[in-house]
Amino acid sequence: MNNNVLIGYKQRDNFVDHLTGTTKLIGLIALSVIGMVSFDTRFLLVLTIGSLALFRLSGIKFHEVSFILSFITAFSVLNLIAVYIFGPQYGVHLYGSEHVIWQGVGPYNLTWEQLFYEFNLFLKYIFTVPLALVFLMTTNPSEFSSSLNRIGVSYRISYAVSLALRYIPDVQNDYRQISKAQQARGNEISKKGKLTHRVKAAAQILLPLIFTSLDRIETISQAMELRRFGKLKKRSWYAEKPMKRSDFAALMVIALVVVIGICLFKLNAGRFYDPFR
Amino acid sequence: MNKKQGISVRTVVAIGIGTAIFFVLMRYIPIPTGVPDTNVNLAYGFLALMGAIFGPVAGGLIAFLGHMFNDLTWGEPWWTWIVADGIYGILFGLTKKYLNIENGDLTARKLVLFNVYQIVISILVWGIIAPTGDVLVYSEPASKVYLQGITSIICNALSVGILGTILLVAYARTRSKKGSLKKES
Repeated sequence: MNNNVLIGYKQRDNFVDHLTGTTKLIGLIALSVIGMVSFDTRFLLVLTIGSLALFRLSGIKFHEVSFILSFITAFSVLNLIAVYIFGPQYGVHLYGSEHVIWQGVGPYNLTWEQLFYEFNLFLKYIFTVPLALVFLMTTNPSEFSSSLNRIGVSYRISYAVSLALRYIPDVQNDYRQISKAQQARGNEISKKGKLTHRVKAAAQILLPLIFTSLDRIETISQAMELRRFGKLKKRSWYAEKPMKRSDFAALMVIALVVVIGICLFKLNAGRFYDPFR
Repeated sequence: MNKKQGISVRTVVAIGIGTAIFFVLMRYIPIPTGVPDTNVNLAYGFLALMGAIFGPVAGGLIAFLGHMFNDLTWGEPWWTWIVADGIYGILFGLTKKYLNIENGDLTARKLVLFNVYQIVISILVWGIIAPTGDVLVYSEPASKVYLQGITSIICNALSVGILGTILLVAYARTRSKKGSLKKES
């Protein structure tokens, strides 16, 4: 509960921090989508190294994110093991060749193709991590919604996003308070309790949490209504930053990476880079 | 009052607060199932309620944004499941008209039909849309993602069936029925 990265925004005086939220948002979306589609190992490696470099540049300290990193590593490893258990021959099937390293039992042998495929998956799992963390920790939440508006999202929805970011800590606080109150009354919600107890106790926390929040929705929407929110077609943003030269430069680099990613599809005749051919 | 353009202020706020709650529920109180990256998420019971009160735009965006923020804080935006979640939210929003929960008009028959509907859409979204997206986009072995899908169907349908139903009933009780006031003659 205490490891909330979302509110981990801190002003850090450096290059990444000075980019506008718009640039960082476009970068995150564009790079994560191209990395999601591409299976070219060289490209993914460059993306991973690039995003790690960006992470260094952003000046985020390792201990700020070490908790998240250990979780992600555990999840990725679990996922890779699951992929092997369910598809030990999947790499062979994808690349259409078989180089056996170790002859195991039945379909469970170890091939270079499978290793290579899982290495690709691993890169896909991790390359977004530095990007997402940099984005979350160097973007001012209010500026984030103004950037959404600038890339064409309606300002009502951008404002909703800003409200969400604003209220996440409040909701957490409410949750914590209600949960403590319930624990004081003897409701077991920790791992020690039985599953049925935990579910029941969770419901007893959720009901008050959700109903106070529904009241809150009424209060806030009335306050906004009184301030004439949504009456006009456009809205200006207090936290908006003007686009600077460095932003355009960064956008060019992002565009270049995406174009290279797309060209590689052509070059490899598909999404996969196949070193076994 | 002027004719409003776009979505109403109330919907905007509902999306904001709804996303915040969805995020907190998803991020901090998941109950792991043992299958990697698949949890029993109380967030979905809540999503069913928000969809029923505020409609498809709110439902879709709450799920989409809530899931996206959750994934971002873990550093891995898993777009196929985020989009699937958005569709799930929209489908919940479609129950708004039928349930008519704002007027407190919730009958046992409606609840049963709602539960049948939610099981159908859970199978559609988590059994078909999300895993197929993974196979097509991430090229993961089908058997693994379908196992994750099936686990998700069970977890989410349970979350909606139990918590969602409880929430719908509790919310309907706080609303007064349309036409419940009579003019004394």
